[in-house]
Amino acid sequence: MTTITPPTYVTQSEEFYDKPLDPNVAKRLIGFVAPYKWQLLFSSFLMLVAVLSSVIGPYLVKVAIDDGLVAGNYTVLRNVVLIYLVAAIIRWGFIYWRVNIMARVGQSVIYDMRKLLFEHLQSLSLGFFSRYSVGRVITRVINDVETLREFITWAVLAIARDLFALVMIIVAMLALNVKLSLLTFTTIPFMILATVIYRRTARIAYRKVRAAVSWVNSVLAENINGIRVVQAFSRQAHNYDSFRNYTNRYYLQTAINAAKVAASFLPVVDVLGALATAAVVYIGGTAVLGESITAGVLVAFVLYIDRYFEPIRDLSRRFDTLQSAMAGGERLLELLDTQVEVRDAENARAIEPIHGGVRFDNVSFHYSDDPTLVLDGIDLDIKAGQTVALVGETGAGKTTIVKLLARFHDPTSGCLLVDGVDLRTVTQRSLREQMGMVLQDPFLFNGSVKENILFGRLNASDDEVIAAAQAVDAHDFIVGLKNGYETSVEEGGIMLSVGQRQLISFARALLADPRILILDEATSSVDTQTEQIIQKALARLLKGRTSFVIAHRLSTITNADKIVVIEGGRIIEQGTHTELLAKQGKYFELYQTGFQD
Amino acid sequence: MNILRLRSFVTAYLPQIFLSALNLAALTALNLYVPRIIRDVIDQGLVPGEVGFLMRSALILLALGLTAAALTAVQRFISEWIGSRVGYDIRNRMYNHIQNLSFSYHDHAQTGQLISRCIEDVRAVQNFIGSSVVELTQLIFVLFGALFIMFSANWELTLIAVIPIFPLVWMTFKFGDRVTHLFFKVDNLLGELSARLQENVTGVQVVRAFAREPYEVKRFDITNRAYYNARIKVISEWAKVMPSTDFLVTLCTILILWFGGRMVLQGTMTVGELVAFNAYVMMLAAPAQQLTWLVNAAGEADAGAKRVLEVLDTKPEIVSSAAATQLPALRGEVEFKNVSLKYLDEKRASLTDINLKVKPNQLVALIGQTGSGKTSLINLIPRFYDVSDGAVLVDGVDVRTVDLVSLRKQIGIVLQTSLLFSDTIRENIAYGRPEATDEEVVAAAEAAQAHEFIVGFAEGYKTIVGERGVTLSGGQRQRVAIARALLMNPRVLILDDSLSSVDTQTEKLIQEALDNLMEGRTTFVIAHRLSTVRRADLILVMDKGHIVEQGTHAELLKQGGLYKEIHDLQLAQNADPAEVTLFEPRPEKAVYHSRDLN
Repeated sequence: MTTITPPTYVTQSEEFYDKPLDPNVAKRLIGFVAPYKWQLLFSSFLMLVAVLSSVIGPYLVKVAIDDGLVAGNYTVLRNVVLIYLVAAIIRWGFIYWRVNIMARVGQSVIYDMRKLLFEHLQSLSLGFFSRYSVGRVITRVINDVETLREFITWAVLAIARDLFALVMIIVAMLALNVKLSLLTFTTIPFMILATVIYRRTARIAYRKVRAAVSWVNSVLAENINGIRVVQAFSRQAHNYDSFRNYTNRYYLQTAINAAKVAASFLPVVDVLGALATAAVVYIGGTAVLGESITAGVLVAFVLYIDRYFEPIRDLSRRFDTLQSAMAGGERLLELLDTQVEVRDAENARAIEPIHGGVRFDNVSFHYSDDPTLVLDGIDLDIKAGQTVALVGETGAGKTTIVKLLARFHDPTSGCLLVDGVDLRTVTQRSLREQMGMVLQDPFLFNGSVKENILFGRLNASDDEVIAAAQAVDAHDFIVGLKNGYETSVEEGGIMLSVGQRQLISFARALLADPRILILDEATSSVDTQTEQIIQKALARLLKGRTSFVIAHRLSTITNADKIVVIEGGRIIEQGTHTELLAKQGKYFELYQTGFQD
Repeated sequence: MNILRLRSFVTAYLPQIFLSALNLAALTALNLYVPRIIRDVIDQGLVPGEVGFLMRSALILLALGLTAAALTAVQRFISEWIGSRVGYDIRNRMYNHIQNLSFSYHDHAQTGQLISRCIEDVRAVQNFIGSSVVELTQLIFVLFGALFIMFSANWELTLIAVIPIFPLVWMTFKFGDRVTHLFFKVDNLLGELSARLQENVTGVQVVRAFAREPYEVKRFDITNRAYYNARIKVISEWAKVMPSTDFLVTLCTILILWFGGRMVLQGTMTVGELVAFNAYVMMLAAPAQQLTWLVNAAGEADAGAKRVLEVLDTKPEIVSSAAATQLPALRGEVEFKNVSLKYLDEKRASLTDINLKVKPNQLVALIGQTGSGKTSLINLIPRFYDVSDGAVLVDGVDVRTVDLVSLRKQIGIVLQTSLLFSDTIRENIAYGRPEATDEEVVAAAEAAQAHEFIVGFAEGYKTIVGERGVTLSGGQRQRVAIARALLMNPRVLILDDSLSSVDTQTEKLIQEALDNLMEGRTTFVIAHRLSTVRRADLILVMDKGHIVEQGTHAELLKQGGLYKEIHDLQLAQNADPAEVTLFEPRPEKAVYHSRDLN
């Protein structure tokens, strides 16, 4: 097998890094189980009884042999059998009961965790999402939580059961015969040594497997997303070769390597078990001959040795689950610990119905991790109902201005007032409910066209939805779709053209009827007639409300009540189209450049 | 059972499976031998004066244990190996299959679901095949071996002892039936949960902007709940079966103790035999309990197999026919004969009665409203979709009769969204011709006006772009995409000219690149620039799936139809008659510089 070196983004991925287990992580994860502590406690009790009834088995066999069979006592045999039967029935009921309780606890914890994560995601700032890719968020909330599910539902109790059973078996063995027990226990140090070595090797091996999976994942994602290019360039055969011989092959190699590691550890436990049994048979057998123990004790002992190694084998198997659960848990907690940047003030109140006056009072802003000012002393006074066109080069600060207005960030200094009220004194919800936003890339959700328009105002009637669609000239094409308003929009709205998606997003914003509208004009071009429709729709949308437009269309700019030219985070010019042209400044320059070619 | 349909993936490894079975048989035989030794120790070794016998027995036990340990290790490795190989093969097949599924499939498929089928579902199948099948074989060996020994030792006691096995098997299979479809539901809900999440994160700005967080939380909660309920159902089934298995197995021991005990008391059986007998039943017990696990794993694997097969069973609609011929080097003639196209899920036909004849090296410009059928028309030439009626011919040959690769290799495409892959710039340019030389790549990049900015990067052509590399601006991406098409040196070129906003300087560069690209080829362009449209040998004006007008710029203006209308509309919109890009809706670049798409 040739060695495959995965690309750096795989070897640098978080799955590849090895972190020591943090006891704090375990502690905090257990915190999620805390609400169910009574159920857990009760389950533990049930488990205890069940384990006892199982550990008692070999002892009963011993009594049956020594006091019943060897002594020829029929009553003892009958009693032992009856006790055994009762123990088995108790065990049956208790296990059933416990599994049911624990299933609910485990699933509830997972449900709670996902809910909490999702709610937390809803409160995180947009900046977070530009740093944290969609794939990573999904890995956290779906895959990592899923590993924890296995851990909590099966592993936690299984580990507890194994440990408990181990203790009980040790106690039972000691009670039967101290000398033989000590003989058996001499295997423990070897067992520990083997486990320590295994742990280290296995951790490295499984880490590589995880990285391989994420590599396969990203290759799949990219090629499925780019399938149209793949087919257009007839790349299938080439891609298949590279997947087969490279990415998928690496996954195969790491998996087989991990199997090798695991396979070489298993026999260690078996060998130790065989050693212990052989020693007990010889030494114990000699003891029976010397009459210091009975035949029944010897038999019970051999049975116990088998059971003694079972939980140990099981524990070592569970270790990997524990390991990956902890790693997943740690990444989950990291996500939960991400601070919400913009919080409502403690005494924040709902803002009154907005009239529409907006004032930026010497507003400056920089991101928390970068002291460079993105906005520097912005002063701007907009009257209710005005349309403001923001103009400037990419990176000038246009987007930041509207982001502050929607309060995705708070100003570093200065203040921002709507109808004379400082935004920091009101709740974000009440503000955004009266604010609308149309993005450059009109995002549509999986669902019907109607649901997508309804997103603007959930309780709107069908007539209102249609009216909104008509107002932006979207009605005609919508009724032409297969199921009209009920037509489902596929992933990312791929079945609709760019222009159609824009119109739907306009209808959505219109239905919301916001007092303040933020509009980031789309840049991708559409055909002339669609363009006409969009301009008309735009005019209808902007009417009667305060609007901030990051403008790309000449018509939008010339029609604006106020044009604001931004450069390097400062307002360098503001006024109407005519005023600014007359000034022969930056605006004039931009205007000229645009027309000279 | 869906999983049985995947058996061909397993039969490829018959020698290994045979080896594994052989190994298992040996292992089982060893394990079955141990209780006999214990029996002899009790019945013969514990007689005073037989110390040597004890010693011998202990040594045999040790030897058996060591051999068994080695065999177990081998077993574990072989089974994991088989499982991993099978998983590898299935993933390969799925990947290749997905790659070849038609556009019409991908128009509706969710990426997240496809990936989860390739990874999670295949994993469920491979786990089952790797470890569970082996356990099943072992179970059968142990079952028959132990039963045989027990029968020959004491058939009456055996008959009594195995009574609880019957309900156990019956119960387990009923469990298997129920749990498979429950698992299928669980898998689907998990897929849905992840789709919800993906959508929420992708659309985060819209959610925030409309303050719809509570609504989203509610929607997520519904799926989250459904998932919880589905899981609980699976576990409830499990909770019923698992302790019952345990109970029935204990019941075997109890029966042996009672009936066997009486036999010992009657003197028809020795203590050692009873102990050995119990040991054999215990040997049956472990795999019997495993049986529940196994059936559980089988259910999970079967649900996974179902999801895998759903993909593999989808036939690609567009494949080279069996009688397909290699398309010889094209002259570049394209003809549409009475072509109609209706997508499966659409009410209206997207194209109706298209008749068109394009000579080699002509430039064809398509204009018309969004949804008028421009994209549908050009998608038919490389056969991304098949016509519902009529035929598309290149050099007089129906595209459906030729080998797909030989067709598409001669057609170059520059799409509206210039999608690049996470790889070096060189690999991206050489995407259609990986064997191209460095000189050819550089030449293509130069012609596409991309060479200059590429060498500006520290790593030059080795710079990694895409999601995990350097972010290129919209204009840069476009030029790389143009270079990519140029390197194919196609006879027919398809161009979606809906350029996103780029600054004026870049636009000029792109225009030059496009001019280089179009030269000497049959070109179809969805055009917005007047400069392009004016130059076209043939302008197609499309409306509602029909070609309503066709001709040259001058002819169409003279005709005074829709073309003239659009033309005049543009003139009216743009007060400045000097504007050369009339057919372009006024993007912001006419007003100010924007270096980046963002």
